[in-house]
Amino acid sequence: MPEPLVEVRGLKTWFPVRSGAISRVAGYVRAVDGVDLTINEGETLGLVGESGCGKSTLGRSILRLVEPTSGEVYFRGKNILRLRRGGMRRMRREMAIIFQDPFASLDPRQTVGGILGEALDIHRLAPGGRRRKERIAELLDLVGLSSDLAGRYPHEFSGGQRQRVGIARALAVEPSFIVCDEPISALDVSIQAQIINLLEQLQEKLHLTYLFIAHDLSVVKHISNRIAVMYVGKVVEIAPSGDLYRRPQHPYTGSLLSAIPIPDPRLERRRERIILKGDVASPLNPPSGCRFRTRCFKAQPRCAESEPPLDALNLGGHRAACYFPLGQRPTA
Amino acid sequence: MAFGHLLELEDVRTELSLAEGTLRAVDGVSFTVDAGETLGIVGESGSGKSITALSIMRLLPPSGRIVEGRIKFKDRVLSDLSEDEMEGIRGTEMAMIFQDPMTSLNPVYRTGWQVGEPLRIHRRAGAADAIRAAVDLFKQVGIPDARSRVHQFPHMFSGGMRQRAMIAMGLSMSPSLLIADEPTTALDVTIQAQILELLRTLNREYGTATILITHNLGVVAGMCDRVIVMYAGRIVEEGRTDDVFSHPEHPYTWSLLRSIPRLDAEAHELLKPIEGSPPDMIHLPPGCKFQPRCPFAVERCGPEEPSLFQVREQLARCWVTQAGAELDA
Repeated sequence: MPEPLVEVRGLKTWFPVRSGAISRVAGYVRAVDGVDLTINEGETLGLVGESGCGKSTLGRSILRLVEPTSGEVYFRGKNILRLRRGGMRRMRREMAIIFQDPFASLDPRQTVGGILGEALDIHRLAPGGRRRKERIAELLDLVGLSSDLAGRYPHEFSGGQRQRVGIARALAVEPSFIVCDEPISALDVSIQAQIINLLEQLQEKLHLTYLFIAHDLSVVKHISNRIAVMYVGKVVEIAPSGDLYRRPQHPYTGSLLSAIPIPDPRLERRRERIILKGDVASPLNPPSGCRFRTRCFKAQPRCAESEPPLDALNLGGHRAACYFPLGQRPTA
Repeated sequence: MAFGHLLELEDVRTELSLAEGTLRAVDGVSFTVDAGETLGIVGESGSGKSITALSIMRLLPPSGRIVEGRIKFKDRVLSDLSEDEMEGIRGTEMAMIFQDPMTSLNPVYRTGWQVGEPLRIHRRAGAADAIRAAVDLFKQVGIPDARSRVHQFPHMFSGGMRQRAMIAMGLSMSPSLLIADEPTTALDVTIQAQILELLRTLNREYGTATILITHNLGVVAGMCDRVIVMYAGRIVEEGRTDDVFSHPEHPYTWSLLRSIPRLDAEAHELLKPIEGSPPDMIHLPPGCKFQPRCPFAVERCGPEEPSLFQVREQLARCWVTQAGAELDA
């Protein structure tokens, strides 16, 4: 049985929207609006969805980089949302994040050695000059960079190398859990595979657990054991990667899969596409019932009346928040 | 005229003068586009694909200059035209849509006014006629509530709607050539699918020739009759989309296709990345520009740059595959 490492229960992260002269709260952006999720030890859980669906906010809320509004996040059975400063600080050693933009997330005025050293110093991980230096060299080596580069500044690196530094920084605290937030979408196509492979190799070597957030389902399917699909603040479907691709159940997942171009002209010509109408619903004022119903090709009156729970369709490891799932329709 | 190509580039070279030095963003590019066809140009950032498009439109930034070559459109040499004459072609006979619909619409004018602008300028249409035309165009590109939408400002439009408005503007004069530079890169996949479907329909119904510039090989596979692959300002491979994807003849195309994860891949296997980094355009190596990253490079590739050879069904700039094809023949 896989052991759960992270368990998310009823998590909500709402951001107030203020307006007027006295900054009255006019409403809330319900970025994450009631999410339950389990991430097992050693697995990669992929999290996909379109911009604004709340996937990044969910990742950050799990790490408490954004303070959730309500709900629970258990890490090895301990609710981290209840931890005070000292406890949270110790907990931070267990978890790390890799950001999308390696250009913006590294301090331009610090050398790469300084950037990595800072993470070590905060947690007093390598006291003493020599051990600190050795550990920095070790971290650079782990991500495939020469330790001679410790004295260089971020601007002297290419995009792919900078992302390697971002990964080394995440590894500095020896975490067991890493949130990878769109780690390759800012990189050139020819560099993306290098970083994906590196993340996979590190996972095996260091027994890491990943929450891999991305909008590109091809990449997510490649790297993940299971995939959760988000739409306007909610997880609408979760399944093992192969299952999700072969037998998507939620109409949103089906349309998402059919919208992803495959680099094969012959296949593309005979693929059936589900072209959705309209735009993503607003997280400020989501529709009643199912949030996807305004764009859904299978919507019925019932979909407006009540919100389908994630286990509306429950096939064991494969669940979907839909009253009228797609069934056994083959895709692609 | 009836038998000529719609667009013809002959050995075009475009330079950019930057603080770090002068670079040849486009170096000896030749290709043609015929009426009604869709040509894809793929390449990574810095490969010269966008500068090629801007050279055609004569919309280069101040630092850019076409230093050599000839661009013919409907049998007219574009560099011979005055700025006024070029202005008359742009928007009417060839139009361009850009990656970022957020920045290419003017925030202070109503969308209908902007979309009708080419008609007011080129056809001297009155304000009311231009708005009526904008309503029709909005309907054509699938913007709902067109009648009220034309009176809204760009910020009231979503990203997908803005891109539709841009396409509507591009189409307002029924151009014979549409250049779309990464038209869906800033959009979500379900919106991307809508926009690509729209471009397909327009091509089918109006026979608008399209140059689609993208870094996404999947988009090319689904949209284009022919494809050009660019690397370091050069065309490294050119051919029918089916040929290039089923048997790429340049190692860069081959490596690129193997390095991207495919949605329909069956079993999990490690990706095969392209080693090294994209080229430094100011300090390019002699010889083949892909040679430092190429798994098949031979001695000759270091000093001698190959030209674009006929290799099987397509063209490829590679000594190795060219030699292989000759052996087969």
